[in-house]
Amino acid sequence: MSLSPDQPSGRRHGLHDLPHPDLQGADGQSARHEDGSRLVHAEASSRPLGSAQPATPAEPQPRGATEHGHHPIDHDEAARRFIAATEHEKMHDERLWDLRQKRDRQMHAIPEWEELRELASAIKLHALANLPEYLEQFETRAKANGIEVHWAETGAQHNEIVHGLLADHGAKSLIKSKSMLTEETGLRHYLQGKGIEIIETDLGERIQQLDDEAPSHIVVPATHKLRSDVAHLFAEKLGTDPDNRDANYLAEQQRQKTRPLILNADAGMTGANFAVAETGSFVVCTNEGNADLSANVPPLHIASIGVEKVIPRMADLGVFIRLLSRSALGSPITQYTSHFRGPRQGGRMHIVLVDNGRSARLGMEPFWTSLKCIRCGACMNTCPVYRRSGGLSYGATYSGPIGLILNPTFDRRKYSALPFASTLNGSCTNVCPVKINIHEQIFAWRKELAEEDEMAGGKRAMMKAAGALLSHPAMYRAAIRTTDSALRVLPHFVAGEFAGVWTKEGRDLPDAPPETFHSWYQRTHGRTGAE
Amino acid sequence: MMTDAAMSARERILGALRSNRPVGAHPLPELPHFPLDDGGDRTGYFLAALKSMGGKVFDGRPDEVLGARFPDAKQIASTVPEVAGNRDLTAVAHPRDLADIDVAVTRARFAIAETGTVALPDAVLGVNAVAYLAQHLVVLVDPAEILLTVQDAYRRPEMAAHAYLAFHTGPSATADIEGVLIHGAQGVRSLTVVLASR
Repeated sequence: MSLSPDQPSGRRHGLHDLPHPDLQGADGQSARHEDGSRLVHAEASSRPLGSAQPATPAEPQPRGATEHGHHPIDHDEAARRFIAATEHEKMHDERLWDLRQKRDRQMHAIPEWEELRELASAIKLHALANLPEYLEQFETRAKANGIEVHWAETGAQHNEIVHGLLADHGAKSLIKSKSMLTEETGLRHYLQGKGIEIIETDLGERIQQLDDEAPSHIVVPATHKLRSDVAHLFAEKLGTDPDNRDANYLAEQQRQKTRPLILNADAGMTGANFAVAETGSFVVCTNEGNADLSANVPPLHIASIGVEKVIPRMADLGVFIRLLSRSALGSPITQYTSHFRGPRQGGRMHIVLVDNGRSARLGMEPFWTSLKCIRCGACMNTCPVYRRSGGLSYGATYSGPIGLILNPTFDRRKYSALPFASTLNGSCTNVCPVKINIHEQIFAWRKELAEEDEMAGGKRAMMKAAGALLSHPAMYRAAIRTTDSALRVLPHFVAGEFAGVWTKEGRDLPDAPPETFHSWYQRTHGRTGAE
Repeated sequence: MMTDAAMSARERILGALRSNRPVGAHPLPELPHFPLDDGGDRTGYFLAALKSMGGKVFDGRPDEVLGARFPDAKQIASTVPEVAGNRDLTAVAHPRDLADIDVAVTRARFAIAETGTVALPDAVLGVNAVAYLAQHLVVLVDPAEILLTVQDAYRRPEMAAHAYLAFHTGPSATADIEGVLIHGAQGVRSLTVVLASR
């Protein structure tokens, strides 16, 4: 373990850090197995990434899409800037593709993988079709366990409830673990406006908080940043050595600076990955253990839970927990999988069940099945558009393929261009652990938005021109389901004209084979197509 | 205590979920039991999985392992009779008072071979936060209490019997900066398992 001279050690902040030589790799390298091989658990990369010799001075971080009220987000414009930042784009692309490959290795080690996906999907569909009953059961059991349960129709209502709870307990400071739901509701800015000190405890989320950026990925929030960006940010905000880009140094600095804030916080907050109706308990998965600190150190624990998170039985977790981290990070399980069923002795626990558009989405055909989503991020890691454009180019809480479906349900006009940030290659659908037909829903949004006249003029014109092609079942099948003809059709009609940037520059598509499957089938089987 | 406004929010949400209920039968599937081939060595499978998740494994008497591995440890919190600590977890006024713990020692209620996981309910931790505030965590595991799969774990009665039960699989870890894996993100810097029958 190589420590720089200004590394805090000993009893700084009254803490004894007792470093142990086998904890960290030397010289900024990843942690290793005792036999010297690279450890690849959690969100670790399985290989060295990025440039061997990063640029000096460091390449500035490209910023995300510009927002103007409800004006449509211009994903193309932000994506072009991300692609132009070649070091960022290369790292991002390699990093997320590596996570996808790690996921594949986990999948191949589990013979029942496809069966697990089928089960996960069926359990979620059942739960969504019976949500009122399961929510009532969950509430009854949770209350019986000593948890106080609140309901919020909107994000604003949720924020007010949380602030009310903090005020009731005289809480001025709040530590929290990462929660996409609280990103949705804008809790951080709301509470800051109320004079509450709010500290994110996940390293990536803390980086994003210090940089006043939204998370760019639902699992690895700062994955669009290079270590030079973090070094620059920490130097400015935490007073660290600006020239030290060692990830070990940066992470240790953050640990040391955050620990006193954790110890002295008045309240803690987590989200939930799952809520179990049968027991009234909820589950939080993290790699850092920061949710457990947030929940177990302060006297008050508030958990914000989207109403779609409820599953019927404890035993169902035997399906979901096996899929979640493997799909997300290619790690068999998160370092911490924590089950909360009631307040600890002397502590208080509150749950806020949040709708914020979910009940309306449940009534939207065909988009309601997107409520199956368990927020693993596999669709993002595999998506060529996401990997090349970075999560902040979507200008929305949810980026990547799942974001293309979810965001328009919040604001049709603002996110009207997002369903075009896709090649419709179907890879997202293939990796989804709960079998959401993501690419088909993206396509369905394109049609719906075209009909609602919400699209920008140029895209509307192109949609109209190709509308016959894309709405015709035969051509749709050819484009979506047949790999070879999709390669011919998509770049020109879908990716090229609709997604804008995705063929004009920086997009590598394999050459289409000389003959399509359809024509091969016709030629070799001597029949006209059944289409 | 619920206000009237909160009550009506509840009714409105449940009402909307009822009126937007998806059509069609969506039966709850039976859960098949999936086997795992541990090669006839469940303990070995568990230890290998644990190591691949960044956990450490040491042989020997728990108190001797502790002394050899953490010779400089000053503040030791133990909830097991095998190791004598010097901190009383039954007399902690606030969890933050445990911030100076060097090593915490406890015993898993059970373990999971598939993932290399140890299950730590509130009852074995004394104070939940000690498993995260301590710099290092040592967990005793009885080889007879290693379950085969995650599925098996979720059928155990303990899962519905504790206010808090955490699966630990290796130490606190992060790779949020360029995928570089670092142990000791916010919680413990290391997790050491010692096999010890009850």
